[in-house]
Amino acid sequence: MVETIFQALQFDFMRNALLAGVLVSVACGIIGTFVVVNRIVFISGGIAHAAYGGIGLGYFFGFNPVFGAIAFALVAALAMGWVERKTQQRADTIIGVMWAIGMAIGIIAIDLTQGYKADLMSYLFGSILTVPQQDLIMMLLLDLIIGGMVALFYKELLAISFDPVFATTRNVPVDGLYLMLVSAIALTVVMVMQVVGLIMVIALLTMPAAIAGQFVKDIKQMMLLASILGIIFTTTGLWLSYFFNLTSGATIILVAGTGYLLSLLVK
Amino acid sequence: MAEVITLHHVWAGYGTTPILEDINLVVKELDFIGLIGPNGGGKTTLLKVLLGLISPERGEVKIMGHSVVKGRRYIGYVPQLLEFDSDFPLRVEDVVRMGRLGKRRLLQRYNQKDEAIVTWGLEQVGMADLRDRSIGQLSGGERQRVYIARALASEPRILLLDEPTANVDTKVQNGIYELLKELNQSLTILMVSHDLGAVSTYVKTVGCLNHRLFYHNDKLITPEMIEQTYKCPVDLIAHGVPHRVFSQHPSRNSKDG
Repeated sequence: MVETIFQALQFDFMRNALLAGVLVSVACGIIGTFVVVNRIVFISGGIAHAAYGGIGLGYFFGFNPVFGAIAFALVAALAMGWVERKTQQRADTIIGVMWAIGMAIGIIAIDLTQGYKADLMSYLFGSILTVPQQDLIMMLLLDLIIGGMVALFYKELLAISFDPVFATTRNVPVDGLYLMLVSAIALTVVMVMQVVGLIMVIALLTMPAAIAGQFVKDIKQMMLLASILGIIFTTTGLWLSYFFNLTSGATIILVAGTGYLLSLLVK
Repeated sequence: MAEVITLHHVWAGYGTTPILEDINLVVKELDFIGLIGPNGGGKTTLLKVLLGLISPERGEVKIMGHSVVKGRRYIGYVPQLLEFDSDFPLRVEDVVRMGRLGKRRLLQRYNQKDEAIVTWGLEQVGMADLRDRSIGQLSGGERQRVYIARALASEPRILLLDEPTANVDTKVQNGIYELLKELNQSLTILMVSHDLGAVSTYVKTVGCLNHRLFYHNDKLITPEMIEQTYKCPVDLIAHGVPHRVFSQHPSRNSKDG
């Protein structure tokens, strides 16, 4: 077993995959914590699916689909965040509609695209084993941006998550910070999507944070523990998928899901 | 005494139906006013107007002589206790620290002075021992005290409370009103409640809000006074709501509030 592990570590793809798992887990731990305490898991799922529209357009017009995904995710995040804050009723309906329309645009654009499209599955189900080196650098950058944002605006982000009305009465720019937060969610979603696929983004974003939330006393501890749990889940999932020759994204999610169920039993 | 809050012919509501109709109110320094009225009578709407969460359609609101958005920094707001997500991982002192938000701008960290005021706020409400406790582990009364401490931490001139004793039992209620009475020695207090009995024992003056405001600030509070203040609006209150604010209803036809 130990030998097999060392053997596997000889492969660039395995080292890159493990590193990608760590980088993604840090972003998920930080941003997932805010997703969970703000109860905006649904928005995060909507952003992930709407991003597929950008991927489709990328294929159709021949630019890097990741940039399309980022653009669509950001627009969807800002629109959904605005709807969530500003409309009194049926915010969930409107978010659901955007979710579906984004996805549909992606599918139609890909229908209309000529040629080879096998790569598409990797956006749906993830491709952590083929993460290129330059993507690792992008992930590291994103981790730094997200970490910096949370460090700089920690007291405000905490306040708008816990009690936005009180924060408003203290003249905190609640709406602006909220839109910044959903933008950070959008960037994280696009990054995580490349690892586990958009279908399972919500799981990796929420499960480590949801587990952590049961055992900690404040948000900082929650972010830290969620990041560590994410690293454990992705690493374990990767090894299991390697040994048993399974789809890596799905294996990671099942490991995380098992962890979540165990945490509910323990609590 | 100086005027801390003034409302001048204020109309407010959502969409086309006004909830608040022609509200005139002058709150003076060190007042302790309890506004009572039925649910849907505009208590929450009035608070939202005072906090700048909605703008009045007509009329003028001044807080410490400023517009609401500028003046609300003098207000310490204590929201109604709701059964919120008790899983939110947050310590008591973290909640109280939020009271300092308005004093520190974006990118500024809390400093020692903030920490000292947080401790002072916790001591004022008798929660200093529980500062490391998770907010979700507290009882309703304890949480209400924490919210009062948070309001105090913003060094307000006015405390604005929304149903401070909703969802707590009578013993805890009295404790909270005693605390407010004490705080009233240095702070102006305005609170809304649908609970007439408890309010009348502790506040200095009572107003009644049911779309229109009935308030006579020069009157001292005695049981007879409350009866009088209430006569007119009480009829409105009693109609079509599941609970009566009055146990007895001596006169139903007098309309002289």
